[in-house]
Amino acid sequence: MAKVLVVDDSNSIRDMVSFTLKSAGYQTVEAKDGLDGLAKAKTGSFDLVISDVNMPNMDGITLCGELRKLPNFQFTPILMLTTESSTDMKMRGKSAGATGWLVKPFNPEKLLATIKRVVR
Amino acid sequence: MDIQDLATDIPSQGEHTVEGIDFITSGEQYLTFLLAQEQYAVDILCVEEIRSWEQPTKIPNSPGYIKGVINMRGVIVPIVDLRLKFSIGEASYHDTTVVIVLTYQTDESSRTIGFVVDAVSDVLNVEATEILSSPAFGGSIQPHFIEGLINVGKNVVTLLHVESLQQVEKHATNS
Amino acid sequence: MSVDLSQFIPSFLEESFEGLELMEASLLNLEAGDHETIHSIFRAAHSIKGGAGTFGFDSVTEFTHLVETLLDEMRDGRREVDPKDVEILLNSVDCMRILIEAARDKADYDKDKVTENTHQLEETLANVLSGEVTADIQDPDDAQNSSKKTYHIIFIPNHDLAKPGNDPLFLFGALADLGELTTEALTKELPALSDICPQELYLSWHLTLISDSSLEEVKEIFEWVEDECELTITQSEASNIVAEPEIETTAAPSEENTEIVTEKPVEIEEANTPPVKEQLPEVAKEQIKSKTKGKGDVGSIRVGVDKVDNLINLVGELVITQSMLSELGSDFQMDKIDRLNSGLEQLLQNTKELQESVMRIRMLPISFAFNRFPRLVHDLANKTGKAMELIIKGEQTELDKTVMEQIGDPLVHLVRNAADHGIENADVRVANGKPEMGTISLDAYHQGGNIVIEISDDGAGINRDKVFSKAVEKGIIDPNSTLTDPQVFDLLFEPGFSTADEVTDISGRGVGMDVVKRNIQALGGRIQVESTMGEGSCFKVNLPLTLAILDGQLVKVGSETYIIPLISIVESLQVDDGLVNRVSGDMALYRLRDENVPILPVYQLFGLSTEHTKINNALLVVVEADGQKVGLMVDHLLAQQQVVIKSLKENYQQVIGISGATILGDGSVAMILDIPGMIQMAMGHAQQKRHLSHHHDTEQPTNGIKELH
Repeated sequence: MAKVLVVDDSNSIRDMVSFTLKSAGYQTVEAKDGLDGLAKAKTGSFDLVISDVNMPNMDGITLCGELRKLPNFQFTPILMLTTESSTDMKMRGKSAGATGWLVKPFNPEKLLATIKRVVR
Repeated sequence: MDIQDLATDIPSQGEHTVEGIDFITSGEQYLTFLLAQEQYAVDILCVEEIRSWEQPTKIPNSPGYIKGVINMRGVIVPIVDLRLKFSIGEASYHDTTVVIVLTYQTDESSRTIGFVVDAVSDVLNVEATEILSSPAFGGSIQPHFIEGLINVGKNVVTLLHVESLQQVEKHATNS
Repeated sequence: MSVDLSQFIPSFLEESFEGLELMEASLLNLEAGDHETIHSIFRAAHSIKGGAGTFGFDSVTEFTHLVETLLDEMRDGRREVDPKDVEILLNSVDCMRILIEAARDKADYDKDKVTENTHQLEETLANVLSGEVTADIQDPDDAQNSSKKTYHIIFIPNHDLAKPGNDPLFLFGALADLGELTTEALTKELPALSDICPQELYLSWHLTLISDSSLEEVKEIFEWVEDECELTITQSEASNIVAEPEIETTAAPSEENTEIVTEKPVEIEEANTPPVKEQLPEVAKEQIKSKTKGKGDVGSIRVGVDKVDNLINLVGELVITQSMLSELGSDFQMDKIDRLNSGLEQLLQNTKELQESVMRIRMLPISFAFNRFPRLVHDLANKTGKAMELIIKGEQTELDKTVMEQIGDPLVHLVRNAADHGIENADVRVANGKPEMGTISLDAYHQGGNIVIEISDDGAGINRDKVFSKAVEKGIIDPNSTLTDPQVFDLLFEPGFSTADEVTDISGRGVGMDVVKRNIQALGGRIQVESTMGEGSCFKVNLPLTLAILDGQLVKVGSETYIIPLISIVESLQVDDGLVNRVSGDMALYRLRDENVPILPVYQLFGLSTEHTKINNALLVVVEADGQKVGLMVDHLLAQQQVVIKSLKENYQQVIGISGATILGDGSVAMILDIPGMIQMAMGHAQQKRHLSHHHDTEQPTNGIKELH
C-alpha cells in the first residue's frame, strides 16, 4: 500500500491526517517539523509527502526544496498543507518544487479524493 | 442446597411451581436476617457479601455501635453493630456471628458498610404492594430507618431503609 | 466512507491550551526584534485556527484569524513590537481561551470581553484589514445541472509537468472518479525513442468526461498543473446531444433541470462542509461529562518514554525474583533459608524501586503550576500601579500531579498577597533605599521526602505588633500571652484575620489565609512564615511528594497499633521523671532542653485501656504541628515503615485526630494519627475537664465532702 510521510508540528493535525490516510489503507510515517521530516525521508521511501508550511526548525517550503535534492524524491508528490491559497503561496510552493497544495481546514473526504491525483 | 431449609418458618412468596419448574414472578428480592428473635430485611441488590465476624480496628472516640473498620480487599469498611445501634438483644460475638456488607450507590457516591447481625435467614420475594407502613410510634428503631413491614405467614419482617443505614455521620448525632 | 475525526477533539483542545500558554509566556517576555519568538507565537495561533476550523469551532476560527493577522504583520517585519499591541494580544489570548472553552463545553461565554478585544484588534489592524480579500468561498454558480454533462478536455502538458511529482495518469484517475472517462492520447509530439528523456512528457490527450460534477470540480483536478499545461475544457449540455443513448435515459426535461438548479448548489455546499459539524453535538455532550472542569482534574499525563522503559525493566526484575522465590518455595528445606532470605531481600529492593519509579510517573515539574504567575504578576503590577518583577527558580522540581493541581490556588493567593501587602509603592521603596522595582520570587526544591515551595518578596515585611494587636482585638489571643515571632506570624492564618485597612479586591475578599493553610494541610503539608520588617517576607510551603504514601512510625497503645507520620516527629525519648513538671492541676509538661512540652497520654485521649499509664519512664514521641510541640505518650515503639494511605472518608467520615488508615503487612487495619487534630482534641478535653471541675467546685457542699457527678 502507498506510504505517506506526514509532516506537521501540530500533534492533532498530524494525527488526523494520519488517521484519515490509514483508514483509507495508506501507510503513514509522521514527523513533527521539517528537520524531522527530512531525517525520516532519508531513511525511507515514500509515495507521497504531505507537509505543513509553518513549522519550527525547518518550514515546509524549505523541506520541499531539501527533499527535491534527494535522489529518490525527485518525482515524489509533495503536497503543502496550508491555510492560505494565495497566488503568492502557490508560487513559493511551486518554485520549491511542490506538486500541489491542500487547504486547511481539513476535510477528510476531500483530502482522500485530492491525493488521488498523485497517488493510488 | 435449598436456602429455604435455613429458616423453615419463612415461606418464600411469589414462587410458583409449574410442572416442577420454579418461577419467580415480579417483585423485589430481600435478604432477611435476625437481630435477636426479630426478623429484618434489606434489598438484596445492596448486599455486597456476607462475612463472618472478625475483630475490626477501633476508631478512636466513635459511638459504641461502630465497632471499627476492617480491610475488605484493600478497602477500608466500617462495621456497625445493628444490635447495639437498635438496642435489640445482646451483642455477643461468636463464630456464627455474621456481618452483612451493604453497598449503597448514588450517582455521585458509593458507600460500603458492614452490619453485624445474629444470623442470616432467607431471600424473600416481595411485591411493592405487600410492603405495609410501619406505625409511627413505639419501638427503639427510629422511623427513618424503616421502609415498611412485610407479613410473612404469622410473622412480621421489618424492611430497613439501606440509604439511611449508610448515613453514618448522621447516626452520631442521633445516637 | 466517512472518517470520524471527533476523537481528535480532546487532543486538539489539549494542544490548543498549551499553545495559548506558550503564546502568553512568549508575549510577556517579548522584546523588539525577537523574530524567533514572534514566529513561534504566530505558529501557535495558526495551529489553533487551523484545528478550530476543522472541527467547526467557527467563533474560535474567526477570532483567531484577527490575532493571526496582527501576528503576521509583526513577523513579516511590517510592524514593530508595540507594548500596546502586546497588551491587546495578551487579552486576545484570554479571549481565545474563553472561546475554546465555550466551544468545548457548548456553553455561553463573556461576549462583551470578546467583542471589546475584537474591536481593539480591528482598530489596531485598521489599515491591514481594509485591504484584505477573503478569497475562500467560491460561488458554485457553475453547479447548474444535476444531469450529466459532457466535458471535452484538451490537455497538453508541458514537457516538465511531471517533474514536481504530477503524473497525468493519476489526474486521469481522479477524473475517472467523477464519471465516465474516455481518453485519447495524441502522440504527434513523440520524438524518436533514442531522444526520449524518461522524465519528460511528450504526450497530450483528448479526454471526454461524462459526469454530473460541476465545471469547477473538473477544473479543480487540474489546479496544480494549470500553469504547466495548456488546458481547454468545453462543456456540452447533455440535452443537446440526443444521439447518445445513455444520456437520454438520464436526461430530464428543461423545466426539471431548472428546478434542480436551485437545489443542487445547496446540496453541494452541504456536502463540502466538514462532516464533523454534525457529529459535534454528540461529541460535545461527552466532552461536558468528561471535562467538567477545565483544570484537567481527571485528564491524562504525558510520560517520558524513558520513565516507561525504566518501569518495564523493573517489572522484569520483579518477575525474575518471583520465579526464583516460587522455585525455592516449591521444595523448601530449612537449609535453603539463606537463599530465601536473600530472595526476600531482593523482593524488597525490587518493590522499592518499582514503587519509586511508578510514583515518578505521576510527578511533573512544578513549572506547570508556576507558569501562570508571570502573567499574574504582570497584571498585578498594572492593577496596583507598583513596579514589580517575578523571579522563578527550581521550576524543574517535580511533584505529584494531584498535589500540584491543588496547590495552584493557594500559591496564587500567596503571590497576590505579596504583591498587595508586601511590595511597597515605588516612592516608599526608593525612600527606604530599595530598588524601585519590587521582586517577588518563587522557588521550589526537594528536602527530605518533601517538596518545599517558597514565596518571598523584598517588600515591607510583616508588622509583628500590628498582627499581635489585631489578634487581640479579634479575641484570638489573650493580650498577656507571650508569643514568639513565628507564633505571631501564624496568627495570620486564623479565620477572619485581615490586617488590611480595607479589604482590597486583589487578595482580601473571600479567599483567606486560613483557607490557604487548610488547603495545604489537607494535602498533608504545612506552611511557615518568616519575615523581617522593612526587608521582606518568605512563606514556606512544605508538601509531601506524594499523597498516597507516608513514612510512618508504628507505635502501640494498649492493643491498638497507630502510625505517626515521620515528618512530624521531632524525637522519641524515655521520660525522666525529674524533667516532668505538673502545672494547672494535672497537665504534665516535659522539659525538653529549653521548651516545656505538654505530655499527651494517647490512651486517655482515645479511651483505651493499657498497663502503661505511668508517666515516669514512659515512651514519649515528641511531635510538632503548627509550630507547637507535643509529647505523645505511647506504650511501645514498633517499626518504621512506608504505608499506603487509605481514606476513612470513602465509606465512613472524617475522624478528628485521625488522618487516614492503612493496611499493615498482616492485613489488619491501623489508624494514621493526625497531630494537629490530636492537639485540638487534647485542648477540647482539657476545656471539658476545666468545665467539669468548675462545676465541681461551685457545687461543693460546705462540709468539704466532695461529690462526684
